[in-house]
Amino acid sequence: MLKVEQQQPVEFSSALKEKFDEIISRYPKGKHKSALLPMLHEVQAELGWLSPDAMDKVAAYLDIQNIEVYEVASFYSMYFLKPQGKYVLEVCRTGPCCLVGAEKLMNHIEQNLGVKEGEVTPDGLFSWRGVECLAACGYGPVLQIGPEYTFYENLNEQKVDELIQDLRKK
Amino acid sequence: MARKLLLEHINVPGINTFDVYRQKGGYRAVEKALKTLTPDEVVEEVKKSGLRGRGGAGFPTGMKWSFLAKPEGVARYLVCNADESEPGTFKDRYLMTHIPHALIEGMIVSSFALGANTSYIYVRGEMMPQIRILEKAIAEAKHAGFLGKNILGTGYDLELYVQPGGGAYICGEETALLESLEGKRGNPRIKPPFPAIAGLYGCPTVVNNVESIAATVPIINDGGDEYAKIGIGRSTGTKLISASGNLVRPGVYEIDLGLPVEEFIYSDEYCGGIANGKRLKATVAGGSSVPILPANLTLKLANGEPRLMSYESLSEGGFATGSMMGSGGFIAFDEDQCIVRNTWNFARFYHHESCGQCSPCREGTGWMEKVLHRIEYGHGKMSDIDLLVDVSKKIEGNTICPLGDAAAWPVASAIRHFRDEFEWHVKEPIKCLDTNYGLANYAEPIAKAEVTTGN
Ligand SMILES: Cc1cc2nc3c(=O)[nH]c(=O)nc-3n(C[C@H](O)[C@H](O)[C@H](O)COP(=O)(O)O)c2cc1C
Ligand code: SF4
Ligand code: FES
Repeated sequence: MLKVEQQQPVEFSSALKEKFDEIISRYPKGKHKSALLPMLHEVQAELGWLSPDAMDKVAAYLDIQNIEVYEVASFYSMYFLKPQGKYVLEVCRTGPCCLVGAEKLMNHIEQNLGVKEGEVTPDGLFSWRGVECLAACGYGPVLQIGPEYTFYENLNEQKVDELIQDLRKK
Repeated sequence: MARKLLLEHINVPGINTFDVYRQKGGYRAVEKALKTLTPDEVVEEVKKSGLRGRGGAGFPTGMKWSFLAKPEGVARYLVCNADESEPGTFKDRYLMTHIPHALIEGMIVSSFALGANTSYIYVRGEMMPQIRILEKAIAEAKHAGFLGKNILGTGYDLELYVQPGGGAYICGEETALLESLEGKRGNPRIKPPFPAIAGLYGCPTVVNNVESIAATVPIINDGGDEYAKIGIGRSTGTKLISASGNLVRPGVYEIDLGLPVEEFIYSDEYCGGIANGKRLKATVAGGSSVPILPANLTLKLANGEPRLMSYESLSEGGFATGSMMGSGGFIAFDEDQCIVRNTWNFARFYHHESCGQCSPCREGTGWMEKVLHRIEYGHGKMSDIDLLVDVSKKIEGNTICPLGDAAAWPVASAIRHFRDEFEWHVKEPIKCLDTNYGLANYAEPIAKAEVTTGN
C-alpha cells in the first residue's frame, strides 16, 4: 500500500523539464502517458525517491490523474516510495546467484552495514535490499547501485567490503 | 567449432561503435533489404530460415510476422522485448552490452519488413547502462543515415526509441509489456485480440525478443535457406545459451542447435564441466520456468539416446521425462545443491512477480512459497508434498497469462523427480537444516574427471 511519508514541496528544475519534453516527443500525439515510467526514473534520479508531491507534479505535467501515477509507482519494484540511503545496494537473490553464494553475501552486507534489509544507515549513506534476477546469472553474485545502476559482478565478501569503503570515502 | 552468426566479432575491440561494426560488415543487411528487397520478400526470407522466437515460446518468427494486420491508414509497430528477467537468462543483456548495433540493425530490417515507422526497444529499467549504450548506438546509426527520414535515399522512414521498464518480471510477457509501454501497470491483457491485431495503442504490433531480431541480420545477409541449413530438424540456426550455476565456465555461448547436452556441459569449448570437481545433480535447461531434470535425464532421453540442445530434444518425453528449450537459460546444479531450497527460491520469485490479476496465480504462488518454506526449514508434513502438487495443478492452465504455468512447473517437476529429497526434509527436520541430501539420480560418472579451474 502507498504510505504517505513526509510532504516536502518539489520544484522540477528546467533541465528536468527539458528532459520531460524530450521523452514526451518519443510517442505519437495523445499517447504522452507512455512517458510516465521514464519520467519517474528521471525524478527519482534527481530526488532519490518519489514523494507524493513529486508524483502529483508529474501527473500535472502529463495532465493525468494523480492515481494513475501512484498505481504505476507502487507496481514497479524500482521506484522508491520512501527515502533511501544515498547508495542503495541491490543484491540479486534469485536461484542461480544463490547457487554461487548470494545469500551468504547478503548476510555479510547486513553485518557490514549494521542495518536490516530496507533500512537506512544512521549516516544516511547506505541501504540495501535483495532484488530478483538481474540477467547476469553467469557472473554471480552481482549487485547494482542506482541511479545509473552501476553493476558489480563475481562478488565476494572482500570485494563488497572494498566497494562499501570506496563509497564511504566519496 | 560452431559457426558464429551473432557473436562472431564479439572480441573485436571497439565493436560496440558504429565505425568498427560497419567495417566488420555491419549494416549490409539494411542496405540489402531496403535497396533490393520488398518488405514481403524480407518476411519470406525469415520464413524460409525457420527462425523460432528466442524469447521463450519458440513460435516461428516469419509466421508471426505474416499474421500482422495491415489496415489502411493505421500505424503498425515493432516492439523489441529486452525485458530479460527470466532467472537464468542473460544473453540479451550480453548482446546489447557488447554488440548493440546488431540489435539496431535487426530493428531496422525487421521494422522495414513489417512496415513500421516508429519502433521501440523496451529494456528492463535495471539495465540503465545498456539503455545508455543503445541510445548512443541509435544516435550513431542516425548520424550515418541508417535511421530517421528517407533512410539511404530509399524513402523509408524509421524512428527508433528505447523505453525503460520499471522493474517487473511480468513485463516480459508481451501484453504486459505493451501496457507498461503505454505508461500503465504491467497487467497482462486477455487474449484475443492478439497484438498482431490490436497491440500498442490499439494498433497492429509485433513483439519480438532481442535475439530473434538480431538473428534477422545474418538471415538477410546470407539468405533464409542458408540459415536453415544450420541446426537440426525444426530447430534451425544458432542459439545463444546463458549458462549459469556450478559450471567451470559459466557465460553466454552461441551454439548450433542440435549440440549434445553432454558436450555443452563438459567440453572445454563450452562450459568445461562442473566446477570444483563435483558431479552434476540436476539442470534447468531453459530458464527458471521450465521443468527441472535430474542429471541422468539431462544427458540422455528416457530411451538412452543422447539429449540434444534443440527445441524438440529438450522437450522429448513431455513433462514426465523432458523439459523445454525456453529462453535458453541453462542452470546447472552440483551435488551439494538442495533442490527443496532452490524450488522455494523460485516459488518466492514467482509469488513476488505475480501481477495479482488472477486468483489462482496470486494466491497459489503465495501458498506454494509458504509451504516450501516450511518444508525447507524443517516444519513440513508429508501431506505438504501432495498439497504442493495439488496447488500447482490448480494454477496450471487457469490463468490469464503463462506466468501461472511458469510458477507451477518448477514445483511440480521438482517433486516429480526429487520426491525422496522432499520426504527426507520432512523426516529429518533437524538434520535438513545444516546437512544436504546430496545426489539423487546422478549420471554415470563422466570420463573427464579432472577439472580445470577456469579463470
Ligand atoms: C511471464 C513471462 C515473462 C516473459 N519474459 C520474457 C522476456 O523477458 N523476454 C522475452 O523476449 N520474452 C519474454 N516472454 C515471452 C514474450 O511474451 C513473447 O512471447 C516474446 O517476447 C516473443 O518474442 P519471440 O517470438 O521473438 O520469442 C515472457 C513471457 C511470459 C509469460
Ligand atoms: S497469471 Fe499471474 S501474472 Fe499472469 S495475469 Fe494472472 S496473476 Fe498476473
Ligand atoms: S540469478 Fe542473479 S542475476 Fe540472474
